Amino acid sequence: MNKVLLGLLIGAVLGAIDGGTAWFTPAVRAQLVGIIFGSTIKGLIAGVAAGIFARKVNSVPLGILFGLAVGFVLAYLVAYMQHGYYFEIILPGSIVGMIVGYATQRYGAAPAPATR
Amino acid sequence: MRFLSNGALERLRDGAEVPDLAGTRYRLLDRIARGGMGVVYAAEDENLQRRVALKVLDIPGTEGDLANRLIREARVLAALEHPGIVPVHDVGTLADGRVFYTMKFVEGRRLDQYIESVASVPDRLRIFLRICDAVAFAHARGVLHRDLKPANIMIGPFGEVLVMDWGLAKILRPQVSDGASKADPEATFIGNPKQPAAAGEATELSVVTGHGTVMGTPGYMSPEQTRGDVEHLDARSDIYSLGALLGFLLTGRPEIASSSATRRLDKSLLAICAKSTAAAPADRYPNVPEMALDVSRYLDGLAVDAHRESVFEKAVRFYRRYRFFILLIAAYLAMRVLILLFMHR
Repeated sequence: MNKVLLGLLIGAVLGAIDGGTAWFTPAVRAQLVGIIFGSTIKGLIAGVAAGIFARKVNSVPLGILFGLAVGFVLAYLVAYMQHGYYFEIILPGSIVGMIVGYATQRYGAAPAPATR
Repeated sequence: MRFLSNGALERLRDGAEVPDLAGTRYRLLDRIARGGMGVVYAAEDENLQRRVALKVLDIPGTEGDLANRLIREARVLAALEHPGIVPVHDVGTLADGRVFYTMKFVEGRRLDQYIESVASVPDRLRIFLRICDAVAFAHARGVLHRDLKPANIMIGPFGEVLVMDWGLAKILRPQVSDGASKADPEATFIGNPKQPAAAGEATELSVVTGHGTVMGTPGYMSPEQTRGDVEHLDARSDIYSLGALLGFLLTGRPEIASSSATRRLDKSLLAICAKSTAAAPADRYPNVPEMALDVSRYLDGLAVDAHRESVFEKAVRFYRRYRFFILLIAAYLAMRVLILLFMHR
């Protein structure tokens, strides 16, 4: 599977799981669908960004760092818009970014060389 | 009356067999090894000022089966230009009438000696794949090696893997060269295969006999080769030898079934060995690339063609292949649970 598609899939799945855990927080349970949707989009963006990065730079440590940074920034923006839950949103969001960064570097297939 | 000691006799024999290199561009340096047909020496090519290995026949004369065999071996080698096959430089006749050829001087170790320093199974399998590359190339050029064994594989100082000693090679299709195919000495009688080899020699000595007959090394010879069924030998006979070689790399013995080390080995690897050393050629891999592909698939953590996995084995392989990723997801989920617990305190 190519790196961008792999990043997109893993980002979406982990983002959805991440959003789904909001069910355990009764205060936000009413907005669960919106949270899952938003979290999935966040995971998708992080996954695609990590996938594109992995196509340009072939390094697992740099991929993890990049994923961490993207996950952190996206999660921070979401927490900022929520005006709270910084720790609960930023920590898992950053780790999702890290996982996606690792997976795209380690398991994504490099694009085939162009042939004429 | 005094008799010469064995040591003195040995020295006299060595002195008598020293080749006369007068009139050639080679200067004798040292004796390397003795084979079935002759002796291999280290020599210096004085024109190019480099070391070469010089293989010279015991008996003078350019006619006769042994001379034909040596010339044919040189021509086979010359036609097999591959990084995994030792290149031949020159062939000719010495002033004393003996046929010789020179080849690259390989400063390395035999596989059976080298492998003691390689502990990891994947590293051993990577060496095996490079042997497969060379043998597959020879098969593609219509040449069977027929004597693949650890003693005929050299590992160079930079890790290069070279398949040596093509003296028993059989030309399946006359692609290599016309001269080589004409000289195919299937009917050469060099030794008696039925004679029991001396203790310790069984796995080292190549047994070469005449028509109807045995050529190869016990333990590494396919059953059809052992029966002397020369006409029906094909690539699958070398695949048997490669399977025995793989068994040796994994357990230290060619017969993997009789080794106690098999308990530690993965079932997929055992299945690859078992398939390649099946008694019936039809049950083996049809060609070397397919065997190499199975070994590569094992190295990549994929299912191999030789072994049908149970669901549990599939799960274990999946876990091994994606271990770090699975642990990362598990750590993430554990962290999620901890956050939830922390929030609900």
